[in-house]
Amino acid sequence: MRFDTSPAPHVVSGRSVGSVMRQVLLALLPVAVAHLAVFGPGLLLQLAIACPAALASEALALRLRGQVPGPALRDGSVLVTAALFALCLPPALPWWLTAFGAAFGVLVGKHLYGGLGNNPFNPAMVGYAMLLVSFPVEMTHWPLPLMTDGQQWSALAALTTQTVVGGMGDILPAWDGYTGATSLDALRTGLRQRFTMSEVFSQPAFGVLGGTGLEWLNAAALLGGVFLLATRTIRWHIPCSMLLSVAGLAMLSHAFDPGGYAGVTFHLFSGATMLGAFFIATDPVSAATSDRGRLVYGAGIGALTWAIRAWGGYPDGVAFAVLLMNLTAPLIDRYTVPRIYGHPTD
Amino acid sequence: MSRHGDFAASLRLEANKQLPMGQPLQAAMAPPHVTIALDQGSGSSACPVVARGDRVYAGSTLGRSEREDCAAVHSPVAGVVVEIDTRAVPAGTGLCITVENDGSNRPDPALAPIPDYSALSPRDLLERFRNAGIAGLGGAAFPTATKLGSARQQTTAHLILNGAECEPWICCDDALMREKAADILYGARAMMHVAGANRCTVAIEDDKPEALQAIQAALKSAPEGFELATLPSLYPSGAERQLITALTGQEVPSSGLPTDLGIVCQNVGTAAAIARFLQTGEPLVRRVVTVTGSGIAQPANLEAYIGSPITSLIERCGGYRGRPRRLIEGGSMMGRALESDTVPITKATNCIFAATDADLVARDQAAACIRCGDCAQACPAGLLPQELHRAARVDDGPKLDSLGIEDCILCGCCDYVCPSRIPLTEQFRAARLAVRRHRADQLRAAEAKQRFERHESRLQAQAEAERRAFEEARRRARANPN
Repeated sequence: MRFDTSPAPHVVSGRSVGSVMRQVLLALLPVAVAHLAVFGPGLLLQLAIACPAALASEALALRLRGQVPGPALRDGSVLVTAALFALCLPPALPWWLTAFGAAFGVLVGKHLYGGLGNNPFNPAMVGYAMLLVSFPVEMTHWPLPLMTDGQQWSALAALTTQTVVGGMGDILPAWDGYTGATSLDALRTGLRQRFTMSEVFSQPAFGVLGGTGLEWLNAAALLGGVFLLATRTIRWHIPCSMLLSVAGLAMLSHAFDPGGYAGVTFHLFSGATMLGAFFIATDPVSAATSDRGRLVYGAGIGALTWAIRAWGGYPDGVAFAVLLMNLTAPLIDRYTVPRIYGHPTD
Repeated sequence: MSRHGDFAASLRLEANKQLPMGQPLQAAMAPPHVTIALDQGSGSSACPVVARGDRVYAGSTLGRSEREDCAAVHSPVAGVVVEIDTRAVPAGTGLCITVENDGSNRPDPALAPIPDYSALSPRDLLERFRNAGIAGLGGAAFPTATKLGSARQQTTAHLILNGAECEPWICCDDALMREKAADILYGARAMMHVAGANRCTVAIEDDKPEALQAIQAALKSAPEGFELATLPSLYPSGAERQLITALTGQEVPSSGLPTDLGIVCQNVGTAAAIARFLQTGEPLVRRVVTVTGSGIAQPANLEAYIGSPITSLIERCGGYRGRPRRLIEGGSMMGRALESDTVPITKATNCIFAATDADLVARDQAAACIRCGDCAQACPAGLLPQELHRAARVDDGPKLDSLGIEDCILCGCCDYVCPSRIPLTEQFRAARLAVRRHRADQLRAAEAKQRFERHESRLQAQAEAERRAFEEARRRARANPN
């Protein structure tokens, strides 16, 4: 009798790229819910624009590269990129910017370098950073965080929809009651204007742990991150070293100069710290690859995030910190190759 | 009994060993024809010492070799050599000797038991093991005499009997340990005598309670120096280097051998084969084979003569059930998928696994590597398969070398966990061959260059000498015009 042949092993585990990506999307659910509660329904609009834009860009790029788009579209990696990108955007960003950013991330950030597995930079962050440097006004236009007020929520919904569809130009005055500086922004402006730390922290942008509202987003991202760790979807090295490095630098600087630098919990629960630690920095394609390398990589992102927040020109530093450390990943990989079995310890 | 922890990285796999264990070990049955491959799986071929038409006895030598990595081969049956030709064997194709069984089963008169091995010198005993074709029955079929000989040269104190049998589906060692525990220990003592070892550890995974019990009972009458070690059931704990690390905490040097640590590893089946040889004089012509899988009517462990066609083993197990998709020599992780069931078994055949779709996991099309690093987590050799994969894709030989392609044990763990379903093991096997070939080419090129340069400098020296002689002659002619 004749039989099929195939190289060993003849069995594989149940984990696939698709299942990993589905876990990540699942873990993003709490973040999305918190986002909707805090910033109104804008996220849904952003997702509705970013996902199709990213999928279409992926399909186009694969077609142009002479590949069959089907399997790559189904594995969910593009949706993760689009979802992370949308979560980083201000909820009322006009649709063309969202679409442009998503397409830019996928086409330039990913496919110009050879597609999934070959991109040196995190595509979502490429799209985000491009928008942030090119459209700083639109990209820093955040609604005031609100938590419970149903009436405000629907008013914000209407305003957001109007802005996303038609742009910001004519209705900017209507936004007056709804926008405000984010906590990281308020902190840097306040300190620059020589307010004391306690005066700065008495502003409404500051909550119990970090920024008002943003502390909920960070808590939700932490929850999702714990889920990812528990399901072994990601490994602990990058998030832990990144958070420890942010916390360590915040603690040291705050201890030396309490009036000039915010404390540990503020840094951990403001901006995109948790989302960055568990969802963005952990993108394996653009990260360092060995355990030791990932510790270095995560620590680098944490340090840069803190440094950009403390001294840099942008309120939050996660996106740039990730992109800068993406640049160093090959170098880290080169110097952190683990010892092979039976080789001497050096 | 001592318990041991796990080594660097490992997988917990479904064992799938219960099917054949319901049946007792079945005694050998001789088929009408046996086909003995001259390369029994070690990668080196013996030379035939019989010709077509020769009459042979059961146990007569059919082929032998002076090479260190090749054991002698013998006829398991009495009969006539009907063909010496190239045929399909599990490893591909190779020269084979086919013997037609005359049914008389007359043993070779030259064979005699060795009642007291300790009366023989280790050197003498090694020679006899070599002539009896004793080879590693764990799957490598490497000549036992060579391994024990090098152990003897270095001071080797510790014999490890490998009964871990970590690979899914395979349970021939389990069956053997249950039924032949005393033989295994007897063979081990002979090996200790040859290697000069004074300690022996029998290592068994904890999912084989009956084998553990049987060995434990047999150990009661064993002399001092024997111990039983239980290992957690983790793949690949039975891989030689990983086993040594699990038992001793020491690592075998990358380019070295276990003997560098004063350790020699032998499979329990090899020990039993030595016991049979010493007690009856029979060379290695049979082994225990697991015949299993959802595609087998009555899975069982069989004693089978080396050279029996796989079909004869399948028949003894009631034939196929349904239409198996894949026929595998070995287990699900490292086994070789065979094209046909007519090939003969060799000393390396520990398992015939007729797998249906239920036993296999269909592989999707391989996707791009996302560098998740799951493979590095699973690699028992501590390699970075994701980086090896990258280097292999661009044929970067030096990079493959520095990433340790030679340290890969081809266990398949990285493949198993890869979420992108990349056939990493197959890629690494090919990459290693390419790297070795490249290295050999470079060596040859360097030698050729040296030869050329020597030749050139010889020619130059010759021309120089001739020129000098000519000048000398001319000078002399000028000085004495007459």
